[in-house]
Amino acid sequence: MNVNQHTPMASPYGQPQPGYSQPGYVPLDGGYPGPYAPYNGPASPYQPGAPPQGISGPARGPPTTGPLPVSAPHQYNQYSHSQGDMQNGPPPMTQAQPRPPVSQPYNPGAMNMSGPHPTYPQHYGPPPTMQQVSNQMSGMQITSGPPTPAGPGYAPPHSSQPPVSTAYSAPPPPSYTQAPPPVSSAPTQPPPPSGPAASQQYYGSPPPPSQQPFNSSLPPTSQQQFTSSSVPPPPSQQTLPPSSYSGPAPPPGQAPAPPVSQPQQSFPPSQPPPTSQPAFTPGPPPTAPGSFTPQAPPPSSQSGSFPPPGPPPTSAPSCQYPGPLPPQQQPPPSQPFPYHSGPPPPRAQMPPTSMAQSNHLPPGPQGPPGPPGPLQQPPSQPGMQTGYPPQQNGAFGQVRGPQPGYAGPYPGQPNYGAPAPAPAPAPPAQKRLDPDAIPSPIQVIEDDKAKSTEPFTTGVRGQAPPLVTTNFQVKDQGNASPRFVRCTAYNMPCTADMAKQSQVPLAAVVKPLAMLPPDETPPYLVDHGEGGPIRCNRCKAYMCPYMQFIEGGRRFQCGFCSCVTEVPPHYFQHLDHTGKRVDCYDRPELSLGSYEFLATVDYCKNNKLPQPPAFIFLIDVSYNAVKSGMVNIVCQELKTLLDYLPRENPEMDSAVRVGFVTYNKVLHFYNVKSSLAQPQMLVVSDVSDMFVPLLDGFLVNVNESRLVIESLLDQIPEMFADTRETETVFGPVIQAGLEALKAADCAGKLFVFHTSLPIAEAPGKLKNREDKKLIGTDKEKSLFQPQVGFYNTLAKECVAQGCCVDLFLFPNQYVDVATLGVVPVSTGGSVYKYTYFQAQLDQERFLNDLRRDVQKLVGFDAVMRVRTSTGIRATDFFGSFFMSNTTDVELAGLDCDKAITVEFKHDDKLSEETGALMQCAVLYTSCSGQRRLRIHNMAVNCCSQLADLYRNCETDTIINFFSKYAFRGVLNNPTKAVRDTLVNQCAQILACYRKNCASPSSAGQLILPECMKLLPVYLNCVLKSDVLLPGADVSLDDRAYLRQLISCMDVTETHVFFYPRLLPLMKLESGSLPVAVRDSEERLSKGGVYLLETGLHLFLWVGASVQQELLLNIFGTPSFGQIDSSMTSLPVLDNPFSQRLREIIDSFRAQRSRYMKLMVVKQEDRAELIFRHFLVEDKSASGGASYVDFLCHMHKEIRQLLS
Amino acid sequence: MATFPEYIAQNEERDGVRFSWNVWPSSRLEATRMVVPVAALFTPLRERTDLPPIQYEPVLCSRATCRAVLNPLCQVDYRAKLWACNFCYQRNQFPPSYAGISEVNQPAELLPQFSTIEYVVQRGPQMPLVFLYVVDTCMEDEDLQALKESLQMSLSLLPPTALVGLITFGRMVQVHELGCEGISKSYVFRGTKDLNAKQLQEMLGLTKPAAAQGRGPQAAPQPLSNRFLQPVQKIDMNLTDLLGELQRDPWPVTQGKRPLRSLGVAMSIAVGLLECTFPNTGARIMTFIGGPATQGPGMVVGDELKTPIRSWHDIEKDNAKFMKKATKHYESLAIRASTNGHIIDIYACALDQTGLLEMKCCSNHTGGYMVMADSFNTSLFKQTFQRVFTKDVQGSFKMAFAATLEVKTSREIKVSGAIGPCVSLSAKGPCVSENEIGTGGTCQWKICGLDPATTLALYFEVVNQHNAPIPQGGRGAIQFVTQYQHSSGQRRIRVTTTARNWADAQTQIQSIAASFDQEAAAILMARLAVYRAETEEGPDVLRWLDRQLPQRRSKLLQLCHLTHYESSYYRHQFNRQDLTQALIMIQPVLYAYSFNGPPEPVLLDSSSILPDRILLMDTFFQILIYHGETVAQWRKAGYQDMAEYENFRHLLQAPVDDAQELLHTRFPMPRYIDTEHGGSQARFLLSKVNPSQTHNNMYAWGQESGAPILTDDVSLQVFMDHLKKLAVSSAA
Repeated sequence: MNVNQHTPMASPYGQPQPGYSQPGYVPLDGGYPGPYAPYNGPASPYQPGAPPQGISGPARGPPTTGPLPVSAPHQYNQYSHSQGDMQNGPPPMTQAQPRPPVSQPYNPGAMNMSGPHPTYPQHYGPPPTMQQVSNQMSGMQITSGPPTPAGPGYAPPHSSQPPVSTAYSAPPPPSYTQAPPPVSSAPTQPPPPSGPAASQQYYGSPPPPSQQPFNSSLPPTSQQQFTSSSVPPPPSQQTLPPSSYSGPAPPPGQAPAPPVSQPQQSFPPSQPPPTSQPAFTPGPPPTAPGSFTPQAPPPSSQSGSFPPPGPPPTSAPSCQYPGPLPPQQQPPPSQPFPYHSGPPPPRAQMPPTSMAQSNHLPPGPQGPPGPPGPLQQPPSQPGMQTGYPPQQNGAFGQVRGPQPGYAGPYPGQPNYGAPAPAPAPAPPAQKRLDPDAIPSPIQVIEDDKAKSTEPFTTGVRGQAPPLVTTNFQVKDQGNASPRFVRCTAYNMPCTADMAKQSQVPLAAVVKPLAMLPPDETPPYLVDHGEGGPIRCNRCKAYMCPYMQFIEGGRRFQCGFCSCVTEVPPHYFQHLDHTGKRVDCYDRPELSLGSYEFLATVDYCKNNKLPQPPAFIFLIDVSYNAVKSGMVNIVCQELKTLLDYLPRENPEMDSAVRVGFVTYNKVLHFYNVKSSLAQPQMLVVSDVSDMFVPLLDGFLVNVNESRLVIESLLDQIPEMFADTRETETVFGPVIQAGLEALKAADCAGKLFVFHTSLPIAEAPGKLKNREDKKLIGTDKEKSLFQPQVGFYNTLAKECVAQGCCVDLFLFPNQYVDVATLGVVPVSTGGSVYKYTYFQAQLDQERFLNDLRRDVQKLVGFDAVMRVRTSTGIRATDFFGSFFMSNTTDVELAGLDCDKAITVEFKHDDKLSEETGALMQCAVLYTSCSGQRRLRIHNMAVNCCSQLADLYRNCETDTIINFFSKYAFRGVLNNPTKAVRDTLVNQCAQILACYRKNCASPSSAGQLILPECMKLLPVYLNCVLKSDVLLPGADVSLDDRAYLRQLISCMDVTETHVFFYPRLLPLMKLESGSLPVAVRDSEERLSKGGVYLLETGLHLFLWVGASVQQELLLNIFGTPSFGQIDSSMTSLPVLDNPFSQRLREIIDSFRAQRSRYMKLMVVKQEDRAELIFRHFLVEDKSASGGASYVDFLCHMHKEIRQLLS
Repeated sequence: MATFPEYIAQNEERDGVRFSWNVWPSSRLEATRMVVPVAALFTPLRERTDLPPIQYEPVLCSRATCRAVLNPLCQVDYRAKLWACNFCYQRNQFPPSYAGISEVNQPAELLPQFSTIEYVVQRGPQMPLVFLYVVDTCMEDEDLQALKESLQMSLSLLPPTALVGLITFGRMVQVHELGCEGISKSYVFRGTKDLNAKQLQEMLGLTKPAAAQGRGPQAAPQPLSNRFLQPVQKIDMNLTDLLGELQRDPWPVTQGKRPLRSLGVAMSIAVGLLECTFPNTGARIMTFIGGPATQGPGMVVGDELKTPIRSWHDIEKDNAKFMKKATKHYESLAIRASTNGHIIDIYACALDQTGLLEMKCCSNHTGGYMVMADSFNTSLFKQTFQRVFTKDVQGSFKMAFAATLEVKTSREIKVSGAIGPCVSLSAKGPCVSENEIGTGGTCQWKICGLDPATTLALYFEVVNQHNAPIPQGGRGAIQFVTQYQHSSGQRRIRVTTTARNWADAQTQIQSIAASFDQEAAAILMARLAVYRAETEEGPDVLRWLDRQLPQRRSKLLQLCHLTHYESSYYRHQFNRQDLTQALIMIQPVLYAYSFNGPPEPVLLDSSSILPDRILLMDTFFQILIYHGETVAQWRKAGYQDMAEYENFRHLLQAPVDDAQELLHTRFPMPRYIDTEHGGSQARFLLSKVNPSQTHNNMYAWGQESGAPILTDDVSLQVFMDHLKKLAVSSAA
């Protein structure tokens, strides 16, 4: 323990902090010893010294402990932290302080959403049609409206209506916050949201369309409130909110609709508000903190503050969106303020940390936001403001040009002080609720970027890292880098009850072999000699910073199971006065979060050191494969690619041996032994019982056999050029590779290039079972399951041999990816799919994927085990692997792109002092044939207050978990049930927050935790994904493909996959990217050009009325009509714009594990349909709700839970 | 009237036929009393340099059940242009082409000297010869190298149009595609799984070509070839290279294991390949094996070295667990091959057994060669193999393919069966006896491979009833019709018609006894004994033979000193070689060389072994030179190198020269052994000689007169006495 502490300690304890922050450990120890002595004590616990305290306090990283202990006086702690260090300070601070204050503050933050609804509903009652609203609130309506599609999710109709009414009522008041933004946009928005139509119909009956609008608009966001409030008075946001609340109470469900209507109504008035919007922006309170800020403005009058809230609503996440927040906040705020005040200082001092903490902080701020908050907050908020502004900006910006907006908004933020204008904003809000008023992903992303200017140090326990969208440097100071491990929560609930109550998934996304940027050091290799790595006697955890040396260093106590183990003589080292080993910083395993051990023969299969792995290329040479050009391309490429096989020492040849097989109905093996004058082809036509026909000469060293290999690769395309064979086998192909590896007694990877459904008579033969009629039925799940058990068995055998399979598919029709993918997915391999492959168009993508796949760092025959401290344990795993028992994740292959999501459950209580530890150990064979163990350690805090949990969550990681959970769920459950489960859990999470952490407020308010304010929008994206809600044009193969693909994605990839990055390209600057805009059609300007990337797709959208100059710069043609939309790469033009754009595209591609083919989409072109699919905030063609609608729906769900 | 020996020799010379009796007892009853049945040794393709094939087809009896060929024994009405079948007495019109026939203008087939005549069938395509090499790669590099060289050499001996194919095997079986440019291709099969012809055809992708080959009905599909069987002239170089690159089976053989040798599947694939590509066309599957099959169907021993290959002992005790299955496997292969007219040769070169016992039927049923040697790197193998491709004066191989032998008999006699390298074609007919001897129940046999020496033993049954006397001067006739594919690709028909007088055993016993051909009878009975030995229990056969017997028990029946695979080999040869060679097998010849005079044949008796003699023994399988004790000492002392002892040098050289001569003509190459008194190899001699002196009687004979033999076998002297008694009594 001490050890662990040490590292952390250092920083934690004031001294450490300094050290941590920058200097590193050394400074800490040295300098601060004295002062912190006490703290060290904790650390020292080990040592004779400070035993008592030491234990409790010291154990956890002083930092955390520090804060925690303070618990009583959180503030103090915070202070100390702040003072002590920015580093530690922040985390602890946040935690400690945040909790108490936060909870309250947050409450205030609540969204108006609900509020508004209620009121309206009542007013308009169910009658009001959603039509108008629909447009704006589309979201709401959709939920409800979508009768059919959304229907399920929302269940809207019934409940919705009643609730709605209430909600609406409330809405009016809140109007301001939301209203403001909405207002302006609202009008416009309504139309866009096609939703209207549907919704209208819904409400259609409803009397006044106008009303409808309200409803719709309202529901979505707090706007409704505004709308209601929209009424000129909105300014008195607070008041409104309250009212809204009252209103809301009754009928949450319908609320949406009504609200919308209101919004519209409000609109008229709102119009003025638009201006207010800007105000909001300034109000920046957006983020939770933002909310506060907004509040700040209102300070004078609660309402005032609320108005700002309006903006907050957008920022809502943390804060309350709608006015409601204000009210609530106000009371608590008081407390918050103090805290805030506290925080502020820290921030100032700790800018960097604060940044990191920003997340945490927000909460704090939020607290303050409370009505009172606003007032006081203003000062403190500054830091927060930054955060807020973005949101607001985002909101506003979106309305117009996103970017422009930004610019403005931000600036505005500074103004913040001005926030006072809040009132102004309010009015806008009133006008209508609008997308700008709801939490903006872009805003959050940009805020985080702005905050994260300093390297992220991992020494502080429980500190959430910057978002995945932020570029930051990591310094390993005792915990694994977030590039290796990301957690859903950095402050875990102490008890299972709490965890159950919150429903927040406790999970970590581990990417054991992640590539690090060049400026970060890859894990060191530690050799503990013949005895192998030193481990705990009982739980077998590997030596790590969490091991506490005692008895002068003769023994160590395990941080996971507390067992005491003798230190082997050769590893003995004296302890210093703090209880740390003197060589602590000389040994990676004692001071770093990630490192590797050299494994001994005991860690090898059959107690035999492994052979270097082999790569086997298995190429389909059936008619389709040859005709599409695939065979030729692969063969040509391999000739050069083979020089880039993975190697550990760039100076040396790769130790990886290669082998070649081609196949159609039969298999052709090739003997490419270096001594042969020409290659030999060995045909195996008996595929019923596969075997390898040769041993010697099949797997060869590339350099030795180069001539023969080249001759072979030249001949393959020729030999099969005239083939008429259309049938293929598949099972035997993998069997062949497997048998070859078995014969060679090594692990390895198969690269299978395959085209068609394997219908030839052979094991693993498949039939076409694609049946669209099953979609949406209870039998749909069967389509995701393999159609024969053969491949499961085969996969098991592959794993046992360390045979990883990568599958490249080139289908022209259904190939049953669900079945063909079984082996790749179970062996840690990848599936690549190039539907309708055409050499000319898809060659680039395929070759880049292939190159990367062949070259990338990969380990074989891996076993991953996650050990945890007593109290929790890893219970479930998601990813590409195989498990034969409940603890060992077996990976035939593990490459640098593969992530495994691990879910934890309590099996006992955790303590706040010790936090929760996890150690992920991956035993694998490196590409040079070395057996190694890669260790990642991660310590997180534990909390007894839910608020702490909510303040330290990472929504992106939660979404990663949810998506994998859901995508696995479809194997065994109807997709609708899976969607419902997701929605429910999400609602419970948010309801729990609302109930336990947010200050009391009207039920009509939607209050989101700062860290989770994007949960609804992201979750909606998951729900709308092709897997869970397929459009008519989505093939079963595509869905199975995505399902499998997502299962091994890390957080970065899932993030951009579910919420694509959309960049406006009207102005490009070198050195920085334009600020992204939200994924909604509204954000697209006809005169603009946008780049959208999802990690898999890359679109260049060209507006119909884009300027000629832009076209010339990009395409070299002045005419929109002349743009060739079939191009897959942009012309190389000699102008800065073109260069920069291509640079950007290249950099995007470089960031992703798969090459993205560029698709040029012209506005109103047919291809635009595909593009629109990725505008995830809009309603989707397949029936997915728009963000606004979904938010309303979520709100309704939450209210139901609360009532 | 010539003497019977002259008559016999003349018949043998002209027709290749030797009967046990040259005058036949005229009734069934009498015949059965003869002990030795009426039987014949028939050499279908006995070389007849004086017999030019005639370029038309034989004229057949029009009776559907007869179809005998017009022959010199037929009565011909030249004026009516009619001929009467001498078997069924059917009167037939001559075909139009015989319009010009008259007493002075007789076609060859009516001339007495053409009792054996050969026709060339003009119809049908000329089929190429097919040679399919099946090569074991599980052997020492040295052996493999020698084998590769022999095979490469053989390519130059093949006619350019002959099709060749290559199958190699070890742990896997590879069927090599020939004539590939830039890359060599082969189809690989597991050595543990048998495939039927249809599966094989599909797996080799031969289905479509076959279907596509329907280029006009019977439109001379001449250059029939496929990817695996191609004309030598086309892929000569390619195949030479291929053979050159042949590697020893690369699969690791761990200590204490035998290499996995998939012989059974390899042969099965070879048979299947030909079955689906060249049915009913002459083809040779030449199998070269370096050890026993150790896996898959046909395995005769496991791969654990600690488990030795089954011994005769195991077999007797029914303790050879693989034998039955393996035998069954090879038998089924033999049947498939013979059905399609394909030959299976086995060249087994290994120091240990290779499982010939199980595989014997492959050669036996198909007329294939079985050659056994210690290594491929011996002259025994190399020369034997080379001799396979011996050519006659016309430049044709001395081998024929896909033959069928049909036997037609007069009414009084029926054919009981045949023993030799043949299989039954199950052709029932009026001349088929119900009493089976050997392969019976048919009047047609398939002989897939035969050479000029191939000799069948045919057994007949006199069916004439005692109460239906045959008129004085009546003759019984037998016609042998052999259709075969000549190595030139032509279809040919050789017809031999022969007749013997009937005699009433009551009245003419003397003439019947005088017509007894002792040599032929010995061989015929020996074959029968061997046949029985293979199908019945060994000891019973010995007893049967002793009972029956005008015949010495030979090596062929005495299994106790031999490994059964050797016996399989011996029996194989015995069943096909002609009378002279067969006799040598039964009764090895021994020549003595000494300073006392010119070489002289001596009794194969221990008393012949003297210190100052050099003995040359020919057992057919072995040519052994034995230096007596004194001679050996002289030789050791190097006298032969001294000018003054040149005569000794000559003495030493004489038997060597004689041996060489034998070696050159013998097929298969005999094992050549040069040994001396007390040499380990002397056992070969000692095991053959008649034990006139044994530990039982040596003291009586005295030590100096010869070398005592330790055996319980009775001495020839005793045996001969016994035999004489028997022979006389049987003839009486």
